[in-house]
Amino acid sequence: MAATATAPAGARPVRAGRRLRLPAWIGTTPFLAYVGIFLLLPTGIVVVNAFRGPSGALKLGSLGTLFESTDRGFFINSFELCLISSALGAVLGAILAYAIATGNPDGTVRRLYIAVSGVLAQFGGVTLAFAFVVTIGPVGLLFHASWFYAFPWGIAVIYSYFQVPLMVLVFLPAIDGLKVQWREASESLGSSAWQYWRYVGGPLLWPAFAGAALLLFANALSAFATIVAWENQIAYIVPQQIYLSINSEVGLSNVNEADVLALGMIILVAVIMTGYALLQRRAARWLR
Amino acid sequence: MAAVTSVGEAPLAAPARPPRGMQAGRRRRLNAFRYVVFTFFTLFFLLPLLALLRFSLEGNTLGTWSIAAWKEIASYPGPPPLLSAVEITLELAVLTSVVTLVLLVPTMIWIRLRVQWISRAFEFLCLLPLTIPAIVLVVGLAPVYNKIRHFELSALMLFWAYVILALPYAYRALAAGLNAIDVKTLSEAARSLGAHWFTVMFRVIAPNMRQAILNALLLSAALALGEFTIAYTLLYVNLQVEMYSISRNTPNASVIFSTSLAALVFAFLLLLIISYAGRRRRRGMR
Amino acid sequence: MTSPVTDTTNTAARGAVEVRMEGLSRRYGPVVALDGLDLTVQPGELVTLLGPSGCGKTTTLRLLAGLEDADAGQITVGGADVTRLPASKRDMGMVFQAYSLFPHMTVQQNVAFGLRLRRVGSAQRDRRAMEMLELVGLVTQADRYPHQISGGQQQRVALARALAIEPQVLLLDEPLSALDAKVRAQLRDQIRRIQLEVGITTLFVTHDQEEALAISDRVGVMQEGRIEQLAPPTEVYSRPATPFVAEFVGLSNRLPGTVSGSTVTVRGRDLPLVDAATPAGPVTALVRPEAVTLATDSSGDSGPLTGTVIASTFLGATSRVTVDLGDITILAQLSTADAAGLPAGSRVSLTIRPDPVLVSAADAPAESEA
Repeated sequence: MAATATAPAGARPVRAGRRLRLPAWIGTTPFLAYVGIFLLLPTGIVVVNAFRGPSGALKLGSLGTLFESTDRGFFINSFELCLISSALGAVLGAILAYAIATGNPDGTVRRLYIAVSGVLAQFGGVTLAFAFVVTIGPVGLLFHASWFYAFPWGIAVIYSYFQVPLMVLVFLPAIDGLKVQWREASESLGSSAWQYWRYVGGPLLWPAFAGAALLLFANALSAFATIVAWENQIAYIVPQQIYLSINSEVGLSNVNEADVLALGMIILVAVIMTGYALLQRRAARWLR
Repeated sequence: MAAVTSVGEAPLAAPARPPRGMQAGRRRRLNAFRYVVFTFFTLFFLLPLLALLRFSLEGNTLGTWSIAAWKEIASYPGPPPLLSAVEITLELAVLTSVVTLVLLVPTMIWIRLRVQWISRAFEFLCLLPLTIPAIVLVVGLAPVYNKIRHFELSALMLFWAYVILALPYAYRALAAGLNAIDVKTLSEAARSLGAHWFTVMFRVIAPNMRQAILNALLLSAALALGEFTIAYTLLYVNLQVEMYSISRNTPNASVIFSTSLAALVFAFLLLLIISYAGRRRRRGMR
Repeated sequence: MTSPVTDTTNTAARGAVEVRMEGLSRRYGPVVALDGLDLTVQPGELVTLLGPSGCGKTTTLRLLAGLEDADAGQITVGGADVTRLPASKRDMGMVFQAYSLFPHMTVQQNVAFGLRLRRVGSAQRDRRAMEMLELVGLVTQADRYPHQISGGQQQRVALARALAIEPQVLLLDEPLSALDAKVRAQLRDQIRRIQLEVGITTLFVTHDQEEALAISDRVGVMQEGRIEQLAPPTEVYSRPATPFVAEFVGLSNRLPGTVSGSTVTVRGRDLPLVDAATPAGPVTALVRPEAVTLATDSSGDSGPLTGTVIASTFLGATSRVTVDLGDITILAQLSTADAAGLPAGSRVSLTIRPDPVLVSAADAPAESEA
């Protein structure tokens, strides 16, 4: 295509019949738009509103109210419940994961348990509470364990119903990553089973275990449905209190308190998830 | 973030040689341990489910048997709030999983092919919902939904939020699927044969991710089936919310047990099928 | 690089032990991995088990190490019966094919691990670890982690770790298979040098015949759970005991021939037999390519040992030349300089060096490929 006039420097000649070239990242705009509206915007609203007073003016001391006795009580309860259920879930889950990992990698038992874990890890909620009511509730199938209704122990055991499967899903890859050669090398060098776990297996699995336990903690922190369906209108933990603040039966909904509590939860969970990510990176380097 | 075992996925360390044995004494101890562990956990997980089953078969007075509860899933006497709740929730499940896939699959393939530099940020965004608990998300969503409520749309509008909730699980499943195939080589081969990007994405890459797509689909659907928090707080009615209100009003209504159990078993069977479908595929490709 | 095993001064001073395996059997379900295997390794000797995948060589090693239990048979080390002992009590050092270094420990910590298990004090432990690292030439990497060093270096660390505990026996399970070719050659020589220096009784497993021939005192060629031949490398190569050995180790031309008396007649030439008692009749003779020499043929004859060069494969110092003799093709191995003078299409005449030849049952008439 002969140019009859000199094109100005920097101009790109438009080729006849070709579409306009767009940068490749345009392809991600639908996703970005969606996430922007339904995830980032709500989060932003929460954060901003947490720092606003009832009149709309900026109030920076909001986070301070989290340390007052009423709110603090909810956080302490949440913390207690999460600690117990994630400790329980982590230990039991690790044992179950080990039992699964040492079996046939293609076998039925493994597939069955992974499928079961996949379902149960997601399916807590109301169903779970029902199931436990009919197992150990007043007219339950088994015995009636009235101590189960005392916070936090009973609900913590119920939480383990979905914490253990989640632990299996998250921790199993780590155990799979333990190479058989390490065990054999250790044994041929003279270690007993205990020594192997103490010097080799344990240290290698520790970051993955701690990371998974953190994940369980964050998971318990966010759980809402189960405790709502289990406990009779009594609010113990932060999520319940958030609900009440939004939909208060008193009349005027106290949205600001909900925002503050929500912000507190965000910060807490963000810290936990950062810890999880760091631990996972270490685990991945060794166990991949 | 690290890998999570998905249904149907191969274990990370696949042995390449013939089966190796283990020292006999150790094998025996290990088997005893496994036996005990599996027995304990099978009981632990099974008992509440069996109780659900038993109570779903309960008649009007305690101690009797009746399969009325299961029939009721199909037809509830009087105005059928449960049935419509089931309907809405199933529709939500389909809507959620489809939208999640439509949103994620092309985007992820596109990113993997053409915009790799964005993938870190993308991963962060997809995993963010794990960090923002549903109850927190709902606080920020309430104003948005208040505007939507203005138009009096049904509970189906919940799907906008459900897709966000499903993002981490769907992302992980799809990422595992993408990692298992050599996207770069496949796309270069297709392009060298003259395919446009669209063809590469939907006729070369996506078909090889079938397992992962199924996984993501199922996880999103399961999430919608089990979701309670957002629906309840925003005062919508879905399956879990409806079952909850029934339980508050008629605590021994066996229909809630049969419905719960049905949903659970349904999800479980689906996952199991996917897991076995995965195995046959792998054998064929070996 | 072999050293005569009869030199006992070094081994006796080090207290090298004899390893004796008798009647070892092992099966995995319906698959029989080992069937009554007998093998004795002399003190200070390096024996290599060579064979294709699934022949039972690794199983033998693992039974010796104690990582698996034999179904039947007995293992004696230095006179003591270890058959019932678990691996942790057998006092053997093992080097695995790959991935056996502990990733969360430094090189030095890895090497010192066995000593730590034996409650050796930390000063002594470190000294000994450094000694071993010096032996394998990796002192500078002592504080690195396994993922920071190369594959070859990792295997050297694994060797140091195995030797640090001063074991009675050294076991190596295809230690070079996961490495690049160049590194493989260097490392195998180093392993052999160290093994001779320490004077330790060693069992080495590999599927690479070049490795086996280069470093062993004796080679045991295995197939389907049995040892077909156990002999020094030169004997295994030039006097193979069975057709399997002849074909597994090195290349062989399969040429139809006829046995009469104590020779076999191949393409009109009489060649001596490895086994003089072979019954008369038609057979397939196994002739090594390097036993075949080529010369330009300008006479225009077309005898049974004249043919045309089809192709030649350049291997570096030598070349392998394929010659078409009309009814069969034959491989000859020459120096590259000689092969250069015989491009494709040249008429050549062949001579077969009169080395003793192994014969096996005659092939069906249609098959005549080398």
